[in-house]
Amino acid sequence: MAVSNTVSQEELNNVLAQLARILPPRIIDELKNKLSNKSLTKEQLANLIRILVNEYYKMLIDPGEAIGIVTAQSVGEPSTQMILRSFHFAGLREFSMALGLPRMIELVDARRKPSVPMMTIYLDEEHRNDPNKAQEVAYKIQLTTIENVTRSVEIDYINSQIIIEIDENELSQRGLSMEDVRKVVERIKGKGAQVEFEGNTMRITLEGADIIKLRRVRDKIMQTRLAGIKNVRKTLVRYKDGEWIIETEGTNLEAVLTIDGVDYTRTISNDIHEVAEVLGIEAARTVIMRELKKVLDQQGLDTDIRHLMLIADVMTWTGRVRQVGRHGVVGEKESPLARAAFEVTVKNLVEASIKGEVEQFRGVVESVLAGKYIPIGTGIVQLLMEFE
Amino acid sequence: MSSKRRRKSEERFKRILEHEYMPKAEIVPKEEVKEILKQLNAKVFQLPWIRASDPLVRAIGARPGNVIRIIRKSDTAGEFVTYRFVVPG
Repeated sequence: MAVSNTVSQEELNNVLAQLARILPPRIIDELKNKLSNKSLTKEQLANLIRILVNEYYKMLIDPGEAIGIVTAQSVGEPSTQMILRSFHFAGLREFSMALGLPRMIELVDARRKPSVPMMTIYLDEEHRNDPNKAQEVAYKIQLTTIENVTRSVEIDYINSQIIIEIDENELSQRGLSMEDVRKVVERIKGKGAQVEFEGNTMRITLEGADIIKLRRVRDKIMQTRLAGIKNVRKTLVRYKDGEWIIETEGTNLEAVLTIDGVDYTRTISNDIHEVAEVLGIEAARTVIMRELKKVLDQQGLDTDIRHLMLIADVMTWTGRVRQVGRHGVVGEKESPLARAAFEVTVKNLVEASIKGEVEQFRGVVESVLAGKYIPIGTGIVQLLMEFE
Repeated sequence: MSSKRRRKSEERFKRILEHEYMPKAEIVPKEEVKEILKQLNAKVFQLPWIRASDPLVRAIGARPGNVIRIIRKSDTAGEFVTYRFVVPG
């Protein structure tokens, strides 16, 4: 009797497939794991499912719950405990990093450029296990100008010559040769200048150039790119979680993703606007969430990720990244009174009256101002009683 | 030269689509849209928007006015289905 009453694997899978329509995959997986080596009777299974679904619906947020307020409190309170200054490492091998409150404000304000733009570059299978191979890729990424490989520069004003001595050690360290330098210099010198090479020295002769022009040409040559990607100022090869990765100062996600040896499925930048442009708004949403989480984790603060999801959702709602503030989420509110209640009151009121905007009293702020019921909790339902 | 550049940008586009942060997406057929909106009790413009120039939209060939279904990975739910309304821009 007991044998016939237990639930077979097939039946269980059927039930789970049905459950998948109401419960998220995470919970289904957990349930599957828990049930994997237990046998239940049909009655027990039915009971279990009933309790599970019941509990799940109990945990859902009720309609009308003021989740925005709860989020503001849950993110705002921990931020009062964060350090106010941003850290700077005084070493060669470390980057200075914006941490704590400054970084958080930067994210929520959706600043155009983060104060410390960074990329985390993951490498493909061939390069991720060997520090030397990782360094090779890093040299392809790090911006190298002629200045970086120069030992000395002189200007001979009498012969109007620029004499540049190249440091061979620096060159070979970066996986370059004199040939690369020659190619680059000859390309930029198509304008009536002569270039001579003597071992490590090159002489650039400019006929009849004055002092100012010579200096300008010198500066231009020094800034010429030899290798690497624009905007990537510094690279650092690091060992993290069982593989070698490259961290960079300065970002250029679009260019890095096309470099061979880079794992283009995981490489990411911390600049939300750049990510929104290159990978799209959904990726930007994820980055906002992860970056906020990173800040809170570094400070040892524990905020539920759902709050951060809400922030990211609101910031990316219009398909563009917008800040939580005057020029974004609040500034684009429909209600003129709600906007005026936030910042720059007079300007908002004047502009709204010029445009002839109409106050609908649908939101919370404007309803409070007018002394109406606020559309939160029980205030969200409108009931008409039938009179008998 | 121009064909070479085009090939390069296509290659880049393909790589972008394989990114970990790129969710799966598809165009929702017109008939289904009505049903979904009824279920959500919303008008179509009340869905979150996505620009027509977004790489995700370009990848599936959606046009302004379409609704796209996005299946994103979620830390809390495992996988989450959401919708976005394609707007010009």
